Amino acid sequence: MSVDAATVKRVAHLSRIAVDDADVPKLQGELNAILGFVEQLNEVDVSGVEPMTSVTPMVMKKRQDIVNDGEIASEIVANAPASEDDYFMVPKVIE
Amino acid sequence: MFSDIPVTDLTRLTLTEAREGLKAKQFSATELAKAHIAAVEQARALNAYVLETPEHALKQAAASDEKLAKGDAGPLEGLPLGIKDLFATKGVRTTACSRILGNFVPPYESTVSSQLWRDGAVMLGKLNNDEFAMGSSNESSAFGPVVNPWRRAQSSAKLVPGGSSGGSAAAVAAHLCLAATATDTGGSIRQPAAFTGTVGIKPTYGRCSRWGIIAYASSLDQAGPIGKTVRDCAVMLRSMAGHDPKDTTCVDRPVPDYEASVGRSVKGMRIGIPKEYRLEGLNAEIDALWQQGIDWLKAAGAEIVEISLPHAKYALPAYYIVAPAEASSNLARYDGVRYGLREQGRDIVEMYEKTRAAGFGAEVRRRIMIGTYVLSSGYYDAYYLRAQKVRTLLKRDFEQVYDQGIDAVLTPATPSSAFGIGEQGSSDPVEMYLNDVFTVTVNMAGLPGISVPAGLDSQGLPLGLQLIGRPFDEETLFSLGQVIEEAAGRFPVGERWWA
Repeated sequence: MSVDAATVKRVAHLSRIAVDDADVPKLQGELNAILGFVEQLNEVDVSGVEPMTSVTPMVMKKRQDIVNDGEIASEIVANAPASEDDYFMVPKVIE
Repeated sequence: MFSDIPVTDLTRLTLTEAREGLKAKQFSATELAKAHIAAVEQARALNAYVLETPEHALKQAAASDEKLAKGDAGPLEGLPLGIKDLFATKGVRTTACSRILGNFVPPYESTVSSQLWRDGAVMLGKLNNDEFAMGSSNESSAFGPVVNPWRRAQSSAKLVPGGSSGGSAAAVAAHLCLAATATDTGGSIRQPAAFTGTVGIKPTYGRCSRWGIIAYASSLDQAGPIGKTVRDCAVMLRSMAGHDPKDTTCVDRPVPDYEASVGRSVKGMRIGIPKEYRLEGLNAEIDALWQQGIDWLKAAGAEIVEISLPHAKYALPAYYIVAPAEASSNLARYDGVRYGLREQGRDIVEMYEKTRAAGFGAEVRRRIMIGTYVLSSGYYDAYYLRAQKVRTLLKRDFEQVYDQGIDAVLTPATPSSAFGIGEQGSSDPVEMYLNDVFTVTVNMAGLPGISVPAGLDSQGLPLGLQLIGRPFDEETLFSLGQVIEEAAGRFPVGERWWA
């Protein structure tokens, strides 16, 4: 399979990465090189094979459903590019 | 034995030699830290450190000196280390060498690094790496490439140290720290170790906590050390490993005294040689090195057995589906809202798109887009699901080999020695990916793997051999690695041309 220019733009948008139209052909070539490389997986007979879900089989430990952290709002927003009163600030979302 | 060593040469010690020197009071932790701080300052041309923390180091060293005086020393007391910039360090800028994290200062410490400080280690600074650990040459870092302290004979051309843990490997090779933390998703510890004449081990998936390590591909990422010797790596791993309730994939099993396995006899061990690794066009020098490794292990009493890993050749293509898929999900968090860079947009979506376009480098953008594509509606089964099935087959290959009584598998670490900065991957990203062809199988199967320097090529550059072990049997790798180290000798960088 290979991607066309429209697919590159669609994937860029799904990835939330702005791509200039002028950069699409180069990106398309690079993505197709990678997709061409992974094509060899089609040679493998995978019928009846379970997909891997955990590389090291183990029972997932559960934690107690209790509060063990908190009251650190100012630490959480400390690295935000914009914050006010311990809230993250974003451009207006609702008209 | 160290009393006549001038302070400036303390950096030449191995981690374990320095440990003994401190214990015997031949020098102080402060002297050891100062020697390293000076070496780091003189080596800025290598670009191994992206942040130097000399004041922090001296404070920790002073505390270590007190503990050493009281006889209350931890296993790493007073030993100066470098920390890959992928590990969150409390109050110390951590960026994964990406513009998108900007001046992120974590209010928390990664579990692995916190265990190093618990055991008395000293932090010299944060080490360069490929952006978000995506790369095999350290050229994708937002801080620019790291320069390998090794150069070709009669040449001053700048070579890459490998990646993604290029800063870690270069710093250890150039004596800018006694050992370093690193991470390995497809070969990012073992390949740079091979390129710099250092030792690196990626432990079994789940051996070290991933908590506080900036995520790339969560089902593959593992932390491990890069050190000057096999023994140094054994000492480091003991402190780095161990259960952590904050990472549900981190196993709850005791951490062995890995150092005790260094020097243990390998007599009677069965070593598998996978015929599928004899790639068409395999570099003759690499092939000869591999044969040399076989001969060394045979001479130490191990039995050599030809084995088959029929799906090994599919590990790399499967990796380039699984890893980007996980990366596209993990890196969704960099949205210009909670930390790091923000570019302004007319609305929130444009803000996201502009921020991520400006903040991520080309390789990271490519991998996010590939990952998004293979997970997108209509393509998931053809790519992602198939790759995960191939992964099951690959793991089964190894299980069958180990069921036959094989103790470890010996392979070359890399298909070549270090290459020049700017030499690979500029026209075709896959060219760079092929660097990990021998190492990536190990991550896909969750196994431990160690890279040990084993010789120099005709250009005078180091080459490494890789040993792959059974799950959670790092001890066997340390025993076998020591045999190779003793047979091959160590490979210190000759000339400090950068100072």
